[in-house]
Amino acid sequence: MQKILCANNISKSYGDKEVLKDINLTLDEGELVCLLGVSGVGKTTLFNILSGLMKPDSGEVLLKKSYSNDERRKEDIDKEYDTESFEDDFLDITGVSGHISYMLQKDLLLPHKIVIDNAALPLVISGMSKKEARDKAASYFERFGLSGTEKKYPVQLSGGMRQRVALLRTYLCGNSVALLDEPFSALDTLTRASVHEWYLKVMEEIKLSTLFITHDIDEAILISDRICILKGQPAGITDEIVIDEPKPRGQDFVLSDKFLEYKRRIKLML
Amino acid sequence: MSKKYSDNKNKKYMDIVVPCIVLVAVLVIWQLACTFSLVPSYMLPSPVRVVKAFINDFDLLMQHAKTTLTEAVLGMVLGVLLGFVSAALMDAFKVVRQGLYPLLVLTQTIPPVAIAPLLILWFSYGIAPKVVLVVLVSYFPIAIGLLEGFESVDCDLIFLLKSMNASRWQIFWHVKFPSALGEFFSGLKIAASYSIVGAVIAEWLGGFNGLGVYMTRVKKSMSYDKMFAVIFFVSAISLILMAVIKLIQKKAMPYKYIRKQDE
Repeated sequence: MQKILCANNISKSYGDKEVLKDINLTLDEGELVCLLGVSGVGKTTLFNILSGLMKPDSGEVLLKKSYSNDERRKEDIDKEYDTESFEDDFLDITGVSGHISYMLQKDLLLPHKIVIDNAALPLVISGMSKKEARDKAASYFERFGLSGTEKKYPVQLSGGMRQRVALLRTYLCGNSVALLDEPFSALDTLTRASVHEWYLKVMEEIKLSTLFITHDIDEAILISDRICILKGQPAGITDEIVIDEPKPRGQDFVLSDKFLEYKRRIKLML
Repeated sequence: MSKKYSDNKNKKYMDIVVPCIVLVAVLVIWQLACTFSLVPSYMLPSPVRVVKAFINDFDLLMQHAKTTLTEAVLGMVLGVLLGFVSAALMDAFKVVRQGLYPLLVLTQTIPPVAIAPLLILWFSYGIAPKVVLVVLVSYFPIAIGLLEGFESVDCDLIFLLKSMNASRWQIFWHVKFPSALGEFFSGLKIAASYSIVGAVIAEWLGGFNGLGVYMTRVKKSMSYDKMFAVIFFVSAISLILMAVIKLIQKKAMPYKYIRKQDE
């Protein structure tokens, strides 16, 4: 496993209020890391910095050069990453957007565009023709469980389906790293369970390196490889815990003693 | 769900029936008041006489309506273009907004009747001063509607597009403009009714053709039945114009009229 994204000593304050202090974070390729913390701790600020929408007061965000967006529009998602180029440099993407796919808290589908155009939006933004973009997006609809919804408007979809469209759109941004900000928080518990299951399956297939935010401990244990605890004021990463379990993890795992043990440890850390 | 649906249908039905009943009642009372000579007939013509006057003068009315409609539609199109450009500029450049917005509000405090004679003085008796007046009255609701639409866009949507490295133009085209369509059409509907009224007012004050000119003529000849006929005709034209806009809106924003997914 090699590092693909590094955040070094990120600090940020709003006026007098320090929000983030000396955050260090790394993400390996294909890894799913969860940022866990109570609401309002500064998770979203951290994501805005990582995605380049906001500049930190100090610190830097580095992305492995060969994974920066321009060269790597993923044509074939099953293609393994080239592990030869271990030595290559990191690109400083502090305050530069467009290198990392970012899914914000709400699904943010455009109500005036049909589903396929919503999913294909990042492709169109990057300069692809509308037809080409639609064709490319359409080829993923089955895998994302969206067949038959292409010509519908977002209002016609249920919450779970809308989330899938948003996820497909995030994926089609074509970057190797994705940031997901509470991607499942808007869903009700039952829908959430089924989306988790589906999401883990898709993640296996598309091998996206993902950082995601949640304040739901169960969710974090269920889907991540590693959990970082964001805590304090100003917030820092106080603990890290590796969830060493085969994936996909089903309902059996949720009810096992191991799961409870993880949960107990995390609760103590929080 | 089916109950809710039928309730909706029922409500829609009542929305049409109730005002119709009230309208018919008013007409009947009016007709009775005239038949029993409660009001002198030279002051208030009966509805039947108004309808007769409308039928007798139908060709003439249509001819005048053509002029008025041309002025209104032409003025509105120019007003929309102007409104769109200035709203886009005000949205894009803060300084334009700071400079233009108070001026815009100020111009709205000037009554159109007051500037119409000036416009006639400047642009003579043809179609030009009418079109200019229509532009002036229709511009404001469109510019303000669009500007508010642009500004009400969810910031997170703009963040999302920025994270995709979208240009300002792309953000405008994919997010801001479509999001402002609802407000734009609301403004356009107001502009439509203003524009007919604006054209008629400008015609009152001088011209050769148009429903306003017809109005001043029948007033001078004291044909109040014709006066009422043209008044109703003008409001009918405004209503039709608004209905046309609503139709265009339905075509342009089909997603607004789709029933939401039942979960």
